[in-house]
Amino acid sequence: MVSQRRDAAIVGIHEYPLRKAPGVTPLQIKAESAARALADAGLSWKDVDGLYDAQDGAGMSGLSLSEYFGFKPNVLDTTAVGGSSYEFQAAHAHRAIAAGKCRVALLTYGSTAASGMVHIGTGGRESAGAPSPQGNMTEAWGATLIANYAMVAHRHMHQYGTTSEHLARISVATRAHAMRNPQAVKGMTDLLFENIREITVDDVLNSRMVADPLHLLDCCMVSDGGGAVVIASPEVARDCKQKPVWIIGTGEATKYVENDGDITVSAAVQSAPPAFGEAGVHPGEIDIAMIYDSFTITVLCLLEDLGFCKKGEGGQFVSEDRLHFQSKLRPHINTDGGGLSSNHPGMRGIFLLIEAARQLRGQSTSQVEGAKLAVAHGNGGQLGGTHTGGTIILARD
Amino acid sequence: MPRPQPRFPEPDTQPFWEATKNHELKYQVCTACSKVVFFPRRHCNHCGSLETEWRTSKGEGAVYTYSVVRLNRHPAFRDLGAYAVAYIDLDEGFRMMSNVVGVADPVNDVRIGMRVRVKWEDQESGVSLPLFEPA
Repeated sequence: MVSQRRDAAIVGIHEYPLRKAPGVTPLQIKAESAARALADAGLSWKDVDGLYDAQDGAGMSGLSLSEYFGFKPNVLDTTAVGGSSYEFQAAHAHRAIAAGKCRVALLTYGSTAASGMVHIGTGGRESAGAPSPQGNMTEAWGATLIANYAMVAHRHMHQYGTTSEHLARISVATRAHAMRNPQAVKGMTDLLFENIREITVDDVLNSRMVADPLHLLDCCMVSDGGGAVVIASPEVARDCKQKPVWIIGTGEATKYVENDGDITVSAAVQSAPPAFGEAGVHPGEIDIAMIYDSFTITVLCLLEDLGFCKKGEGGQFVSEDRLHFQSKLRPHINTDGGGLSSNHPGMRGIFLLIEAARQLRGQSTSQVEGAKLAVAHGNGGQLGGTHTGGTIILARD
Repeated sequence: MPRPQPRFPEPDTQPFWEATKNHELKYQVCTACSKVVFFPRRHCNHCGSLETEWRTSKGEGAVYTYSVVRLNRHPAFRDLGAYAVAYIDLDEGFRMMSNVVGVADPVNDVRIGMRVRVKWEDQESGVSLPLFEPA
């Protein structure tokens, strides 16, 4: 391993415990999570001098949050690129802290998608806002968000022989982790899941088809939720309550439909190499892979594109003894239960950072013994259409 | 309840949708680098040239990928039954979203790579919607 820089660390985390939170606003979830993440770090409200907002609150992004929180930050970042917003923000906070522009950066998320009956994956809303060229060339044909991912899955199956059984293995491992996470179990209960238990490949294959070839159990849930992450300079981190989880590499990228493009290839092929390069590590060394699991096909494509295996070999890769927290082979994925079985309020990226930090602190409900290195990769937007990829490599001391 | 319709003013895609009223499938080509520009826009997204020209497609191509939607809560689609959404690769070199229609069973009768041609569905809004059926 090459010598790694230690410019900024995750020092405080909080995951809002409820998946169904009626009567609460996203802003309140953000504020409560901020206070608890700062307490986790042993820092105070007045220590925050960098504020990051993904436009999930109310009013003018960043500005309204600054007033609501009562902060006058020196750094204000309003990057909102969907589910990967928090990987982008962590990358930006890493740079801002390394440059001495701020010392304590606060990332927050709040959503009441479930209580608000927002059908993220299955449509039903007329588009709002000004007409756009992208909207005018897509909306008339009834492609739901799930169908967009399903088109990636079909193409992956066509090109590489990937099967629904391969995809199901991802859902099975993730549910096993969720069943060990009391908040995930309570969440599935509150969201009225049927048969809350560990599942099998057959359970996934026998669940109803939502958009071929994706079954219900290939899809993430829609929940309420949120959380907060505090990122600090080495000087601040030294005096924090928790062991620092260092950000040692970052990468950001975009991808969209191209006339001669390959829909099975995600933005991760561009975001991963600079992140791993900066960190000086290889995917094979990664213990914990927190991979955005909006759908099982998302995980399969992202594992390939992050470099854990060759393109097209994801089906074989996930069929070997890995993914599960007690598996023989690395990486272990989504040990909190993921978006598939723990929570998905719309932008899951912050939970990837939170669970990766738990693992490197030794605090996960599915703790991998001796976990030293983690990757958090967020995918924002839609995998088969316009999307972002944000890669963060994390290490403990 | 009609499908979601293209909304105007939207100057990039307005020529495309105007042409559909004559059942013409239009696309842009860059006059500087000769590459196809799609979806329509102000400039060439390959080289940045501001000079593009409109051409008319023959409306023939192949299914690049597809999904059969079983659940869409939008009123226009909710009661449609299973329907196929697809990306179609037109022979002139552009990829567009559409539906594959004219098959008895979209679950079993649509295949990646199958040849398709455009089929127009006139809309009450005045435009016509390009759909694709087996060629």
